[in-house]
Amino acid sequence: MKTTLTHVAGLCFVATGAIAETSTLTIYTYDGFNSEWGPGPQIEANFEAECACDLEFVAAGDGAAVLSRLKLEGANTDADIVLGLDTNLTADAAATGLFAASGVTAAYDLPIEWSDDTFVPFDWGYFAFVAGKDVEAPTNFRELAASDLKIVIQDPRSSTPGLGLVLWIEAAYGDEAGSIWADLADNIVTVTPGWSEAYGLFLEGEADAVLSYTTSPAYHLIAEGDDSKTSWAFEEGHYMQVEVAAKVASTDVPELADAFLAFMTTEGFQSVIPTTNWMYPAVTPAVGLPEGFETLVTPSTALLLSSEDAAAKSGPAIDAWRAALAQ
Amino acid sequence: MVIALVLVLTLGTLLAVLWRAEGVGGLGRAEWAAIRFTVLQAILSAAASVVLAIPVARALSRRRFRGRSVLITLLGAPFILPVIVAVMGLLAVFGRNGLLNDAISMAGGDRISIYGLGGVVLAHVFFNLPLAVRMILQGWIAIPAERFRLVVSLGASVSAMLERPMLRAVLPGAFMAIFLICLTSFAVALVLGGGPKATTVELAIYQAVRFDFDLGRAALLAAVQFGLSIIAALAAWFITVPEGFGAGLDRVLPRWDGASLWERSCDALAIALAAAFLILPLSMVVIKGMIGLSDLPASVWPAIARSVSVAAVSTALTITAAVLLSMRGGRAVGVASALPLAASSLVVGTGLFVVVQPMFNPGKLALLVTALMNALMALPFALRVIAPAFERVEADYGRLADSIGLKGWARVRISVLPRIRKPLGFAAGLAAALSMGDLGVIALFATSDQQTLPLLMYQLMGSYRTDAASGAALVLLSLSLCAFWIFDRGGRADADA
Repeated sequence: MKTTLTHVAGLCFVATGAIAETSTLTIYTYDGFNSEWGPGPQIEANFEAECACDLEFVAAGDGAAVLSRLKLEGANTDADIVLGLDTNLTADAAATGLFAASGVTAAYDLPIEWSDDTFVPFDWGYFAFVAGKDVEAPTNFRELAASDLKIVIQDPRSSTPGLGLVLWIEAAYGDEAGSIWADLADNIVTVTPGWSEAYGLFLEGEADAVLSYTTSPAYHLIAEGDDSKTSWAFEEGHYMQVEVAAKVASTDVPELADAFLAFMTTEGFQSVIPTTNWMYPAVTPAVGLPEGFETLVTPSTALLLSSEDAAAKSGPAIDAWRAALAQ
Repeated sequence: MVIALVLVLTLGTLLAVLWRAEGVGGLGRAEWAAIRFTVLQAILSAAASVVLAIPVARALSRRRFRGRSVLITLLGAPFILPVIVAVMGLLAVFGRNGLLNDAISMAGGDRISIYGLGGVVLAHVFFNLPLAVRMILQGWIAIPAERFRLVVSLGASVSAMLERPMLRAVLPGAFMAIFLICLTSFAVALVLGGGPKATTVELAIYQAVRFDFDLGRAALLAAVQFGLSIIAALAAWFITVPEGFGAGLDRVLPRWDGASLWERSCDALAIALAAAFLILPLSMVVIKGMIGLSDLPASVWPAIARSVSVAAVSTALTITAAVLLSMRGGRAVGVASALPLAASSLVVGTGLFVVVQPMFNPGKLALLVTALMNALMALPFALRVIAPAFERVEADYGRLADSIGLKGWARVRISVLPRIRKPLGFAAGLAAALSMGDLGVIALFATSDQQTLPLLMYQLMGSYRTDAASGAALVLLSLSLCAFWIFDRGGRADADA
């Protein structure tokens, strides 16, 4: 009896040892990324197949909320990687000193040059107004403002697309941004706290168009077989969102974190993105983009403020937005 | 003990956030604008809810008809719905593309827009009218039937002799409760407010915590919210204290007044309008939800299980706390029935996070924290139901209990609890339903494999799956109503056979 017990105890010990040897990579990300329909589950399976590790996603609200959570936790955080910030947040993120350079580079298929060595891009998209094809499309903000078209947008103080739109108009119009907003005021049905509410209102027919991405119609086309949606191409160009990930400086598994960031630029990650996150992959997979993506509007000009500019200008731009709309 | 816990969770978390903040600045123009708008919409919403509730409550108090109790249960539904579901339901009726505008344009009129202050007040009335009706109805029911008979037989005016004094006693309390609820409004005000004009303090707090990570400003704004609530509470206190609102709604008194055709028509109209106003948007939620039911992912089952367990734990906590506080009575009840209403759930959540995170992995505690938070938020409502009933029993049977030396918990168990089954059931139903529909702080703490049903619904909405999200909303609505019905019925079983 005694020997059996010793054996059992021994086995337990071996088992715990085995578990301890598999290191865990903890990734903080936004809610949508690791939902059942998001890229998370498939990417987890793909990476675990080659890393002999345990990948754990922790979802914490949207991109801005993820950064807030990391700041709240400081160096005490469990996160090894933060995934899902955009370039409007990276200057702020870098200033915290909580992130470390990874040295990962790749041949990115981005419409802009990428040189940041801390933040590694994994997908990108253009902000755009998504509307039904039956609506006559304006070709720039002035035309939209002069029309009777109704739009629904997100609040730049609580939503990343909302901030994207404010910076879009800032990048395109600079000092005139305030007057564009004032002219747009009567087109705006309402401003929602987040993307979901705005998109929901649009689908319910509360507005002719909603601020979203040029890639949004691809969801309706590919997942629902519905080709009635399109996005408006604006002559000013379209502001971009580039989503990035970075290694947390206090990570206890730095090699594993680097390995993940390198994996992020390969097929196993990038091929999952288009039809789960409904964005353009940062590195186009060898097989190309899924059928249906060729129907999407491709803006003539890509607009993007540098992360320093975005950080410096977003405060005043939001003030101008509020002043114009609060009349 | 309980009151200490309430204080820690409301004011303590505020201090925790403050402690973590790097300095507190002043309030800017934008914050002041938000404060002004918040107070304005809360006053208008509370006033509109209370005024509109008077004819409905009077009608319900003096009429008995088939389906009356079902109607009263259904009237409570908007109050326990997740905000965004209720807003979508409202928009299906009052929105640009809603039933009302379809009818107007068919009649040849111009489509109207509800976005703006009007929309905010409309939505708040939708949420709070049932609450106001119940509180005022309770006032009417509390007038003994004999007095109606007396006043009528003396040929005096029922309205001047009985109803106006009763309303004067009940209305300030009803007004204050709804004012407090509207004070912390966030999504309703923003979605229906039409833009930054409609910024509330709660949105400013959200921005400070989530976007700017300015914890000092968040704490300051949360303190402002408490300050406003205290002013409101004091004002109501000076005018008068409410009786509270309770169950016992199926006790229809034989009335000796209000029998004229005119009065009967007015009552019928009031009930019909209120029912249409509250039930049409709910029906739209149901209709849309039916379409989406088949799109629901399999993960809806574990989410339901989690939501139901959270609701069960939170209900148990709420009721225990409410009974313990009622035993103490006095000022503790007053504090605990107002303070949590004034708390910003984001600040409470962040405060808890700051305290918990250095010790535990917050993800492991997500469901427990959610249950605790939900219990805290439901406590004011449970207290308003239970405390007055408790007091009445003590007033009626307290001396008897004293004379046989019945003390402490035994006294509560033997003398009080059996006599307050109905309010207990009603309060438990309310707590369970509120907890079921609340997104709470789960989003702040949870890891992805701990979704509750409201969180799942938001995630479906956030990934283009609007139909499935409507399905989830319907499941949520049904679960909330079921939970409410089970507890409420349980409380009434064999109570008045």
